[in-house]
Amino acid sequence: MIGYIVNRTLAAVVVVFGVSSLVFFMLHLLPGDAVTIMLSEFGASAREEAELREQLGLNDPILVQYSRFLVNAVQGDFGTSLFSRRPVLPQIFEQLPKTIELAVAATLVGVLFGAFFGISAAIRRNTWWDSISMIISLLALSMPNFWLGLIFIFVFALNLGWFPVQGSDTLWHVVLPALALGLSFAGLLARLFRSAMLEVLGQDYVRTARAKGVAERSVINRHALKNALIPVITVVGINFGFLLGGSVIIEIVFARQGIGDVIIKAIFAHDFYLVQGGIIVTAVLFVLVNLIVDLTYGLIDPRISYA
Amino acid sequence: MPPAHTPPALTPPRSEAGYHMADLAQATTDPNAAASGAYRTRGQMFWREFRRNRGALVGTAMLTILVGMVVFAPFVTRYGPIDPNYGARFAPPSTEHWFGTDRTGRDIFTRVVYGGRISLLVGLVAVGISASFGTLLGLVSGFYGGWLDNVIMRFMDFVLAMPGILLAITIVFALGPSLTNVMIAVGIASMPQYARVVRASVLSTKQLPYVEAARANGAGDASVMGRHILPNVFAPVLVLATLGLGSAVLSVAALSFLGLGAAPPTPEWGLLISDGRGVLRRSWWVATFPGLAIMVTVLAVNLIGDGLRDAMDPRLRGQV
Repeated sequence: MIGYIVNRTLAAVVVVFGVSSLVFFMLHLLPGDAVTIMLSEFGASAREEAELREQLGLNDPILVQYSRFLVNAVQGDFGTSLFSRRPVLPQIFEQLPKTIELAVAATLVGVLFGAFFGISAAIRRNTWWDSISMIISLLALSMPNFWLGLIFIFVFALNLGWFPVQGSDTLWHVVLPALALGLSFAGLLARLFRSAMLEVLGQDYVRTARAKGVAERSVINRHALKNALIPVITVVGINFGFLLGGSVIIEIVFARQGIGDVIIKAIFAHDFYLVQGGIIVTAVLFVLVNLIVDLTYGLIDPRISYA
Repeated sequence: MPPAHTPPALTPPRSEAGYHMADLAQATTDPNAAASGAYRTRGQMFWREFRRNRGALVGTAMLTILVGMVVFAPFVTRYGPIDPNYGARFAPPSTEHWFGTDRTGRDIFTRVVYGGRISLLVGLVAVGISASFGTLLGLVSGFYGGWLDNVIMRFMDFVLAMPGILLAITIVFALGPSLTNVMIAVGIASMPQYARVVRASVLSTKQLPYVEAARANGAGDASVMGRHILPNVFAPVLVLATLGLGSAVLSVAALSFLGLGAAPPTPEWGLLISDGRGVLRRSWWVATFPGLAIMVTVLAVNLIGDGLRDAMDPRLRGQV
């Protein structure tokens, strides 16, 4: 058990290192270094460019820059924002809770709707309800979430006035963004819940339970559902990370604070270090969530050994 | 964007994936497949299965109509996609303008139809990039094994460990915003899925007796890979690519919506939605119809993808 935790954690550390390096090299080796990106808007002279490049150490060999980046990153130093003149990391951490709030709420939306449609479809297999549920799920999967967000704003905020149009001050503000982001996830989960339920319902122990006269409700709740949850939980964990990515766009649509808002604004402001830091922090968060899912997996499913 | 289906680095023990794929490869590997007769029967079997799937047929019909409209756009509409008509600004949907007009009086229906050319083409190229490079990397990785395999697959793990849209944003940021760069970015971001599936399939195929026989006959690496192993990965790659087209269309639209892709006045779907965002209160139709177009396209592609998967090999369910 301890060995398993250590192994997984070490693997996660390697991935964090790898992802950070990947982002570093993508941003540094591709055409257009930090200075060309930062100054492209301002029409700086060649001398100013050269000075800034020297100041930021961009004339050093790439491996020297890389090792400096690593040493600083380990100490939590991802550079200074070009515009606010503040260190990048605190700026990102200030906004992080709003993004996590959105991702958690979207996950809830996904699980609730996904479970409802998926499980009810599996129980009423090959009925009209099954077909309708699966069509709805596929529709949800096929919609652009940012567009759905706009439709929600138009209907529920602008016309009905039930929800605020934008912002992120209260929990009330998170409802529409979470629905916009979570519904496509619900579509994915509904399909998964359905196939996991169908598989479990075909198992011997379910037949046995039915044969010995257990009520159908109890068969579903006690025998089938618990086991069908196992594959779903992994997918929920993995997709929590994707919801972090998806929140980038939803935050823009709803003018919410959050890490996506930071990254996109920084991109348009050509704030190189803020973009780099924001992307790395999100990626690291993603790895951490997956590590947690990995570690809790064994708690849910006793069949998994920690060998 | 629908979340990617493939679990990232930490989750599946590689041996487990290999085991499933071994099953799969056994099923799709027919030593006599090269004989033309076998192909024909298999094609017929595939068609019989595919035809039975009502969803897949509906999807095919939808996509055919869409592609037809997009290709013959000048015959479908009498307006031009970037022709302003200041006399008809913000006209609501009517018989004259089916989807209404935008702030310069451009016909939204026309822009959506012409936009389909861009969105479908960009999506196809992005899928082409990810499918070809992903397949190549998976093939080389699985075939040669050793350090090369290690380097390639670790790299793929790192790519997978980032949410796809974020990776695409990073690449576009580095390369500069443009539709071409969006295409490249979305292509790179979905490469690892192909690499993993192909690698697993290659690992189980390369040990089969007929591959050994080919070797014994003096076939070189390239010939063994290209002629004897590659055909076996066709089914999973085709299914992945079809489902991938849907998410590519969504990702491209998302990046354009953010202002990182197509530039005005290009009638790209994501950009059209972004145009409509500012005028949502007074003219809902500007943003609504391009979004519906995306939804219908992605739905059609997903229906076809599901049908292909079930017809080619039901065991791909849950993997692809």
